[in-house]
Amino acid sequence: MKKTMLELNGVTMKFRMDVDKIMSLKEFATALVRGKIRYEEFTALENVSFKVEQGETIGLIGKNGAGKSTLLKVISGILKPTKGTVARYGSIAPLLELGAGFDSNLTGRENIFLNGAILGYGEAFLKEKYDEIVEFSELERFIDSPIRNYSSGMTARLAFSIATVVNPEILIVDEILSVGDAAFQGKSRKRMLELMGSGTTTLFVSHNIAQIKETCDRVIWLEQGRVKAVGNTEEVCEEYEGRDQ
Amino acid sequence: MSYILNAVAALKKYRFLISQMVARDFKTKYKRSVLGVFWSFLNPLLTMSVYYFIFSTLFKSDVKNFAVYLMLGIVSFNFFNEACGMTLRAIVDNASLITKVYVPKYIYPLARIVSSAVNLLISLAPLIIIAALTGLEFHLSAFLSVYFLICLVIFSMGMSLMLSALMVFFRDIQFLWGILSMIWMQASAIFYPESILPDRFRIVLQINPLYHFIKNIRICVLDGVSPDPLNYLICLGIALFMLFIGACVFKKLQDRFVLYL
Repeated sequence: MKKTMLELNGVTMKFRMDVDKIMSLKEFATALVRGKIRYEEFTALENVSFKVEQGETIGLIGKNGAGKSTLLKVISGILKPTKGTVARYGSIAPLLELGAGFDSNLTGRENIFLNGAILGYGEAFLKEKYDEIVEFSELERFIDSPIRNYSSGMTARLAFSIATVVNPEILIVDEILSVGDAAFQGKSRKRMLELMGSGTTTLFVSHNIAQIKETCDRVIWLEQGRVKAVGNTEEVCEEYEGRDQ
Repeated sequence: MSYILNAVAALKKYRFLISQMVARDFKTKYKRSVLGVFWSFLNPLLTMSVYYFIFSTLFKSDVKNFAVYLMLGIVSFNFFNEACGMTLRAIVDNASLITKVYVPKYIYPLARIVSSAVNLLISLAPLIIIAALTGLEFHLSAFLSVYFLICLVIFSMGMSLMLSALMVFFRDIQFLWGILSMIWMQASAIFYPESILPDRFRIVLQINPLYHFIKNIRICVLDGVSPDPLNYLICLGIALFMLFIGACVFKKLQDRFVLYL
């Protein structure tokens, strides 16, 4: 039997939206006096349960607003679910938002270390992999210039190179394969497939059904925060596509 | 007890991240300024000169070495003020990170406290220079002041955990804090001798935690004796109590940060 890497049990995520967002003491006090603190509940995820086994590549599909990104955030620990539990049995590398920790005033070199530290890499690991990161990003000439002088493509290339240098046990990918120019896209796709092929458990969100069919073993279809279907890639994808028409 | 062990383990695990964030603070703070880190050194020196000029001409003080007296107060209070002012925005400023990457959230205020503590260490250099220039007699008891500085750092950590967490929900805190810290400075006997206070205001000093830290630091350095043993207990007690309060507030609120950033 294969080892379970990730287990979600009845995960429910509710957001309480203040009808009028109170951001200051004064507003709070006046609203309190008028007895006017109203909340609206919004359920982003409802009773989501599934298991992911070692080495699997799971595709996550669904319309915009179906709860895919919320689910990834819950899995990576950024959001705490309102109800239910998430059990992770391994190191997680969430490639949710590339370059989130970049500081535009620092140089590329300094950002590699800062961003690496934020992603949880150790100092020795980063020093060892530094050359590999720079080489993959093709930014050798600019590595000592501040990031604010980089083009957005260059920043994305650097971010991708830092994020994918690890060999995590669980990889979470939120549509990041379209980074840089055509040549770099080819290169980054190859790197992703390499990562997925090396026995890493992967959770993969994409609107590109062809890509999902190409890479995933199983697919989870989310609709309005609920799991609509789980199972064989071909079947679920066909059902999903059929529904749209 | 297990909390303390957890905290130690986390510190070990996130040491590299904290050091990177502290390095970032320093690099961006002094970026494009000509004197750079030298400002950390110059700032307390200039503040001291201004206050020294004003207060030594304004009234006769009974303090033996007023320059060092001032300097000790300024260095201590500056640390507290800078630490709280910076950590106040620690969570809010890192909103883009907090909503995207999982890192224990207390790391953000902690990193800024460490930055301020490094700044405090740098500002000890001008303090030592002033002490030497004014011919302050050196006593071994001066080393005891480190104990009270550590208490001050712990106290500031508690304050900053509380402030940074509350700031997420009430952005008004940053403006309130500006006023509050000014009042707090006036109430801590930073740049006037305690003796000028009328007796009925003494109570203000007694209930002010910062005053206790600063008073004991001054006793260690200026008087050349160790403070009363009870003072060690009081200061550590105040510091740990504040840390406890701050940690409780932070822990209670941290899960809801993401929803308000």
